Amino acid sequence: MQENIFRINETEYILPGNRSCQGCGLSLAYRFILKALRENTIVAIPPSCLCVLHGLYPVCSVIVPAINITFAGNAASASGIVAALKALNRPDITVLALTGDGGTYDMGIQSLSGAAERNTDFIFACYDNEAYMNTGTQRSGATPMGALTTTTPILTKQEKKKDLIKIMEAHDIPYLATVSPAYPADLYDKFVKAKRIKGTRYIHIDTPCPPGWGYPAKDTVRIGKLAVETGVFPLFEIEDGKFRFTGRSETLAKKGKRQPVVSYVERQSRFKKMSIEQLNRFQHHVDSRWDEFVRRAES
Amino acid sequence: MEKQDTNIAGICSPAIGEAGKTGDWSDLKPVIDHTKCIPSSKNKAACFLCWLYCPDGVVSMSIPVRINLDYCKGCGICAEECPPNAIRMVRKVECDDE
Ligand SMILES: Cc1ncc(C[n+]2csc(CCOP(=O)(O)OP(=O)(O)O)c2C)c(N)n1
Ligand code: SF4
Ligand code: SF4
Ligand code: SF4
Repeated sequence: MQENIFRINETEYILPGNRSCQGCGLSLAYRFILKALRENTIVAIPPSCLCVLHGLYPVCSVIVPAINITFAGNAASASGIVAALKALNRPDITVLALTGDGGTYDMGIQSLSGAAERNTDFIFACYDNEAYMNTGTQRSGATPMGALTTTTPILTKQEKKKDLIKIMEAHDIPYLATVSPAYPADLYDKFVKAKRIKGTRYIHIDTPCPPGWGYPAKDTVRIGKLAVETGVFPLFEIEDGKFRFTGRSETLAKKGKRQPVVSYVERQSRFKKMSIEQLNRFQHHVDSRWDEFVRRAES
Repeated sequence: MEKQDTNIAGICSPAIGEAGKTGDWSDLKPVIDHTKCIPSSKNKAACFLCWLYCPDGVVSMSIPVRINLDYCKGCGICAEECPPNAIRMVRKVECDDE
C-alpha cells in the first residue's frame, strides 16, 4: 500500500471541523470516495450521519454539490438528477447516491431496485455501519445477529443480516464492489473504476463506527482490517458477472489463514451478550460464504 | 406587488469549522516525534500512513508531517497506525508547550 499512496488525489473535499464523531469510519471512507470521484460529482444524501457530516444550513462541510433527499426517494431522486444531466448534455458529471444501511436495506430498497432495474447511470454506495446510528443505534436489516442495539437491548438481534449484496447482484448490474476504509487504496481504485463505467454501479462500504459498535475511536482501522482478516467482510468486485477477490482478501484466498471471527467479535461491546451458539452460527455463516466466493473466484 | 423568496432551495455555502473548533472534542492530542517519523528522519517522501488514515483529513503530507490541531478530533488512529510509533497521544495541557 505504501507505494500506492502517491497516486491518490491529494485534494481534500471534506472541510475540517465537521460534525462526524472522533474516528468515524464513514468520514474516512468518504474522504477517499470524493478524492476518487473528484470535482464533477453531485451527491444525493438521505437523513443519516452523512447528512449530519454535511452540516447545518446556511453552511456545509463538503465542497461538492449535494442534495438532501427523503429516505425512500434517494435512488429515485438521484435518477432524476441523472435525467436532468442527460437533458443538459453533461456526461462528465458523476451522480453518487450515498446512503446508510437503514436508508438502503430498509427504507430505500424499492427505489434502489427500480433504479438498478432501469440500469440508471449512477453510483449507489451503501455505507453500512450496521444500524441506524444517527438516531441512536436502532437495529436495521443490516445489523448482524447477536448484536446489541437500542431496539434489541436485552436478547440481542435474533435475525441474520440481510444479504443485500446478493439482492443487488440479482439485478445484473455492470459493476458491484465491496470496500473498506481500512484499505483506502483499494477503496479509491474501485471508485475510480466505477466512475468510468456506465450504468448502475453498486458499492458496499463496511463502515466501522466507534460509538455504535462499542470500541475505542483509535481502533477504527484495526476493526476494519479484522473484518477483512476474519472473512466477515471480504473485499471483491463483480464486473459483468465475473467475481474477483481484491487486495488483502485476494491474498487470503490464495494463501494465508483467516482469523477466527471471535477476534473481531471480542473487541466490540455490541457483541458482549452474543451467545456461544450465535458465535458458532456466525463463524459457520462466514465460512460457507467465504467458500462460495473462493469457488466463484476459481471458476 | 407579490413578494418572492428567492432562496427557496436553502442552499448552503462551504465553510471550514462548520461544527466549530473540533480540536476541542478531546483531551488527547497527537504529538509527533520527528526523530522517529520516517519522512522527517530520512528527509524523503515516504510512509504518510497518518495522512492516509486520518478520518478528518487534518494531517498534511509534508516534511515534516504537520497536524492541524485546531480541528484534529484526537481519535488517536494516526498514533495507532504509525509504524515506528512516532506519534504519542498526550494531554492537551502538555501539548500546548509544543
Ligand atoms: C421517513 C423518515 N423516518 C425516520 C427519520 C428519522 N431518521 C433520521 S436519520 C435515521 C437513521 C438513518 O440510519 P442509516 O440510514 O443507517 O444511516 P446512519 O444514521 O447509520 O448514518 C432516521 C431513522 C426520517 N428522517 N425520515
Ligand atoms: S455515529 Fe458512527 S457513523 Fe455516525 S458519525 Fe458517529 S462514528 Fe460516524
Ligand atoms: S505514520 Fe508515523 S512515521 Fe509515518 S509519516 Fe506519519 S508520523 Fe511519520
Ligand atoms: S488524532 Fe485522529 S483526527 Fe487527529 S490527526 Fe490523528 S487521526 Fe487525525
